[in-house]
Amino acid sequence: MSKILIRGAQVLGGEAQDVLIDGETIAEVGAGLSAEGVDTVIEAAGQVLLPGLVDLHTHLREPGREDSETVLTGTRAAASGGYTAVFAMANTFPVADTAGVVEQVWRLGKESGYCDVQPIGAVTVGLEGKQLSELGAMHESAARVTVFSDDGKCVDDAVIMRRALEYVKAFGGVVAQHAQEPRLTEGAQMNEGTVSAELGLGGWPAVAEESIIARDVLLAEHVGSRVHICHLSTAGSVEIVRWAKSRGIDVTAEVTPHHLLLTDELVRSYNPVYKVNPPLRTERDVMALREALADGTIDIVATDHAPHPHEDKDCEWAAAAMGMVGLETALSVVQQTMVETGMLDWAGVAERMSFAPARIGGLSHQHGRPVSAGEPANLTLVDTSYRGLVDPAHFASRSRNTPYEGRELPGRVTHTFLRGRATVVDGKLA
Amino acid sequence: MKRHLISAADLTRDDAVLILDTAEEMARVADRPIKKLPTLRGRTICNLFFEDSTRTRISFEAAEKRLSADVINFAAKGSSVSKGESLKDTAQTLEAMGVDAVVIRHHASGAPYRLANSGWIDAPVINAGDGTHQHPTQALLDAFTMRRRLVGRDAGLGKGLDGRRITIVGDVLHSRVARSNVDLLHTLGAEVTLVAPPTLVPVGVENWPCEVSYSLDEVLPKSDAVMMLRVQRERMNAAFFPTEREYSRRYGLDGARMARMPEHAIVMHPGPMVRGMEITAEVADSDRCTVVEQVANGVSIRMAVLYLLLGGSEPAVTTSTAARTEENK
Repeated sequence: MSKILIRGAQVLGGEAQDVLIDGETIAEVGAGLSAEGVDTVIEAAGQVLLPGLVDLHTHLREPGREDSETVLTGTRAAASGGYTAVFAMANTFPVADTAGVVEQVWRLGKESGYCDVQPIGAVTVGLEGKQLSELGAMHESAARVTVFSDDGKCVDDAVIMRRALEYVKAFGGVVAQHAQEPRLTEGAQMNEGTVSAELGLGGWPAVAEESIIARDVLLAEHVGSRVHICHLSTAGSVEIVRWAKSRGIDVTAEVTPHHLLLTDELVRSYNPVYKVNPPLRTERDVMALREALADGTIDIVATDHAPHPHEDKDCEWAAAAMGMVGLETALSVVQQTMVETGMLDWAGVAERMSFAPARIGGLSHQHGRPVSAGEPANLTLVDTSYRGLVDPAHFASRSRNTPYEGRELPGRVTHTFLRGRATVVDGKLA
Repeated sequence: MKRHLISAADLTRDDAVLILDTAEEMARVADRPIKKLPTLRGRTICNLFFEDSTRTRISFEAAEKRLSADVINFAAKGSSVSKGESLKDTAQTLEAMGVDAVVIRHHASGAPYRLANSGWIDAPVINAGDGTHQHPTQALLDAFTMRRRLVGRDAGLGKGLDGRRITIVGDVLHSRVARSNVDLLHTLGAEVTLVAPPTLVPVGVENWPCEVSYSLDEVLPKSDAVMMLRVQRERMNAAFFPTEREYSRRYGLDGARMARMPEHAIVMHPGPMVRGMEITAEVADSDRCTVVEQVANGVSIRMAVLYLLLGGSEPAVTTSTAARTEENK
């Protein structure tokens, strides 16, 4: 294994320091480290060094929809975006509801070499919300699943949700809920409000998310388990999570980059690139989400990277698939919405995009570790002064359904290291 | 005017008045022995109907044929918006065949907008109704009917509907007709009131240029026109209101209610009417009900729209005079 010296990087945005990587670990952190015996020196003055990012919410589509993404292309996209670990959602074909499927995804991740892939297991068989999957078997498999989610669908049956929350306590698991009351969102196409009324598109009311979150935090309290809420999108959801935390309920929550930046006003274009679930909300919601991420009510940023092939988006709004890719732009959006607005410093970004997601997902032994001697060398180097237009033609993801095409975003991941091996060098995949 | 007609909200007052005035000219063609103008001779128009519609499709077809256009009817009957049936592919096929305009009816809100703005096709797009979004030619024909009845045929030329009070009653939530009418009538200077049970009023309606009332009886005496909307029976199953009987009692228009309207006030309905629930036969068959006129006026309005989008730069009256001259040769 080689020795790499990162020279003059601002560790977590702080003082400039040198970081020496020796093999798979960080050997030394300090000022003026010697380059003697080093194979590669990276001049990183002015760049920010972060622990490798961890995404708790990624759709890799394999098995079943390899035309959208594969574990390999998805992990290449993740590495490009500065990630060293991703949690792969269970809504594949077949659904990841057995030990066999989660082991397959886990093994494909191992083979990819770009990023660690931790499968998420489905809460219920076939995501149908009726019968619990073999949660224990998935945990005991080689994949060691600890996060369970029917994401894409809500576990709307209160009894099933209660049982899932209780059951995973046996092995320290967590249920990640896609909060969407199904009856209140029948035919929903976008956020319910002024714009949906004008455009004649079915409305997805905020209360459909908030009512499920309220129920689930109370269920988690009742059974003494922990629950994670996926992709919060409304100001009301923030208030409920804030209340639940103040009450001591073991709840964590995530927000996507797109819900920190984009609003439902964009849907006026009827461009399906903005069609996503939960939908883009209002400016007021965006501001509430940013504040909640800043004050810790929302624990993490998760991408909800949802690749779809071109033809699934190049159509009329109603026919288009929901979702947008996000791995390669997440850090830039967070820089723009949180860092450049003064709401978070880079240490705060590291907490919300690396330390906390690793903790919630049970990966803290490998990822989301301090940038210190003896730790695994999972690192991301960011040129924060960079400004450029987003060009999806350069994406590593197999799908290009980004809402940011042509938009100027700050920041660029110049290097990513997975256990000491560079997966991205000078902004290009290694 | 813009190149496409997607939404009534896209029309300025001048655009709308021009269309109404042009439609008056077009209406005269219907009174002739030979109901035809050569205006769009050699032009091909495709009626692209992804949703069943007898009334609107025939109306457009009649308008196109009266303007001497070549007409292609495409009916995707029984189809649904699905990956197997790409609007883009269909549009590009039509483009390759050289159509000069596309009239599109689609069950998905925004489909005509997408067709017009996605770069799939160059031809002008006319929205013949999309989902619960817009139906601009319906709003135009409604305004045309109101102007004729409330202002007068010739007296109305060049005018809008300033100060007229229009009440729209029923399932506003799911109605593209209501949306289009609110936009256009406001543009033309009318005061619009929507009347519906709260369950059938869209969230965000407070931003629309209209009033909202839950009481039909309160609004009727001060209405110059009352437009009844069709209420689909399946709405009852979705709990938008308790029973048909209750809906009819509170929001149906019967003879007794019609008697409370001012004498000059008219009753309108975009059709098809479901007699008994939203409107009684007594009202539907009365002289004050303009349903049949609305149908006839629809052809004139669509001729005007097609003429202005495709025909051109000169006033229709010149063209129609030329046509008369040609016919007399």
